Amino acid sequence: MHNEYIPFLSEIKEVIKHTSIEYTFRMTYEGKEVKPGQFFEVSIPKFGEAPISVSGISEGILDFTIRKVGKVTDEIFERYVGDKLFLRGPYGNGFDVNDYKNSELVVIAGGTGLSPVRGVVEYFSEHPQEVKGMTLVAGFKTPKDILFIEDFSRWKKNMEVILTVDCAEDDSACRIGLVTEFIPQLKLKDIKEAKAIVVGPPMMMHFTTQGLLKEGFREENIWISQERKMCCGIGKCGHCKIDDTYVCLDGPVFNYTKGRNLID
Amino acid sequence: MGYNLEKASMNDIFKTWSEEYAIYAPKCLVGKGAFSDTDSVRYSEIQDIEEIEFDKKSDFSFKEILTPISQTLFYFTEEEIKEAEVPKKGAIIFLRSCDLHAVKRLDEIYLKNGFEDYYYKRIREKVKFILMGCAYSYENCFCVSMGTNQIDSYDAAIEPYKKGYRIDNKLPAWEEVFSEHCEKELEVTPSYVTENIVKVNVPEGITLDIVKSEMWNEYDSRCINCGRCNFVCPTCTCFTMQDVFYTDNGKVGERRRVAASCMVDGYTDVAGGGAYRKKNGQRMRFKVLHKVYDYKKRFGYHMCVGCGRCDDVCPEYISFSNCINKLEGAMAEVKKNA
Repeated sequence: MHNEYIPFLSEIKEVIKHTSIEYTFRMTYEGKEVKPGQFFEVSIPKFGEAPISVSGISEGILDFTIRKVGKVTDEIFERYVGDKLFLRGPYGNGFDVNDYKNSELVVIAGGTGLSPVRGVVEYFSEHPQEVKGMTLVAGFKTPKDILFIEDFSRWKKNMEVILTVDCAEDDSACRIGLVTEFIPQLKLKDIKEAKAIVVGPPMMMHFTTQGLLKEGFREENIWISQERKMCCGIGKCGHCKIDDTYVCLDGPVFNYTKGRNLID
Repeated sequence: MGYNLEKASMNDIFKTWSEEYAIYAPKCLVGKGAFSDTDSVRYSEIQDIEEIEFDKKSDFSFKEILTPISQTLFYFTEEEIKEAEVPKKGAIIFLRSCDLHAVKRLDEIYLKNGFEDYYYKRIREKVKFILMGCAYSYENCFCVSMGTNQIDSYDAAIEPYKKGYRIDNKLPAWEEVFSEHCEKELEVTPSYVTENIVKVNVPEGITLDIVKSEMWNEYDSRCINCGRCNFVCPTCTCFTMQDVFYTDNGKVGERRRVAASCMVDGYTDVAGGGAYRKKNGQRMRFKVLHKVYDYKKRFGYHMCVGCGRCDDVCPEYISFSNCINKLEGAMAEVKKNA
């Protein structure tokens, strides 16, 4: 009988500091194949577990971009290269890149919402011929809050990138404005067939999907990823249940036709 | 096969069973009730059949035996992890029809919904159920409306009869011990109620629009989100993971899961201060619809088994069954306003 609650140890190979409260922990990993959008329960004994989505997947390595906002994550930030964390997972459905192949794809991310979808962006950055067109709209609060800044210059080569901040004092590298303001300006050949992924805080996702629908996107061509308190990650603890849906099992990635009916 | 047994014989059987099983049954705890000079009927381990309270509904359900309120999953010492041991003995649980129906709900979540739960399964595998027939309905019960008043998936059924007990046994392994101790063999059918004073009507055709109904607002201030309804419910399974460490050696501790309630603050908290369903009325809506609407959408049958313990325990006299009976009007209300 398999005990899914027992975590395994994983070593921190690298810590990438994006902002004062957002670091990427590059961790060793040997196990089941992992898809972008899936998550792990990351834990430190004594402090507990936290569901963290995978922000990067490579040979023997998983990236977790973690925001220092709670009991567990505060403690994780005390750990450095060579230290170990406990993991269990992968959990959830994740994004299936096949859903977006041969389409025009728009990825709209707000803040740390970029983490779960980063694997999808990476994939199409490496395989640009597999999409008809690709646009990334990433919004952050201020220039200081921008994540994966090195990645953007690389991504720019193979896709349209709109990097925006809500407010900035003096920074010409990015534009100012909410991600929603850029939706009407999207240059798409066939909006009815174009596909979109929207990930970010609840309000941002709400207004962004509304904006996309208004421009003519079809509901079934939009995907969102939900964040809930996934305490167990395996359909038992009940915390992430919405209506008849368990975010940890059926999500966190939902097609909008399903996602729009998720009323907490 | 059915049997007639004397008390002393039942206790002899208990002795045989106790080598392999701990025996749990509802027991009257004198003076332990919520109010002064009142008793509480709760599940306890028993040695003597006379400890069983056959005449009252238990205030708490059997579920704590299968899903302990606080359950240690493993112990840790720095980087070492040691799995918590399983109780050595199995368990024999005396319970009523509604509660045995609730076992199916616990199994659904813990054994089927996604991964199989290791800790639940290893206890569950070694549990036997003895049905206590219901000769009459208790206060607030609405099992007939929920279709849970009768069940035949028990290992054995028991009822007090004159000075002894009548047993219907379905477990081949127990045939020998019963026939050895019985006065006589006979047909036994466990009694069950066919009518409750409380009746509920779960309307067909509920849609998510019911979220917009004003019926939930009543509970915003009336409910004090104490969560007692969840803790007494035989079908509530939610828990929260919790790490503790020992004060005398901070490097050593354990990871547990503890019972959680969707009515209590903190249930939906996400990192960074976000929370969903802040109003108690919305929490009530979440709970009620889970019990009689969305659980069925996912699993094909209602979660609520109509035991009425939530109504018994509520300090604000909120009636869950009454709330179910408002759903039809609420659907009409939202349709009219649409």
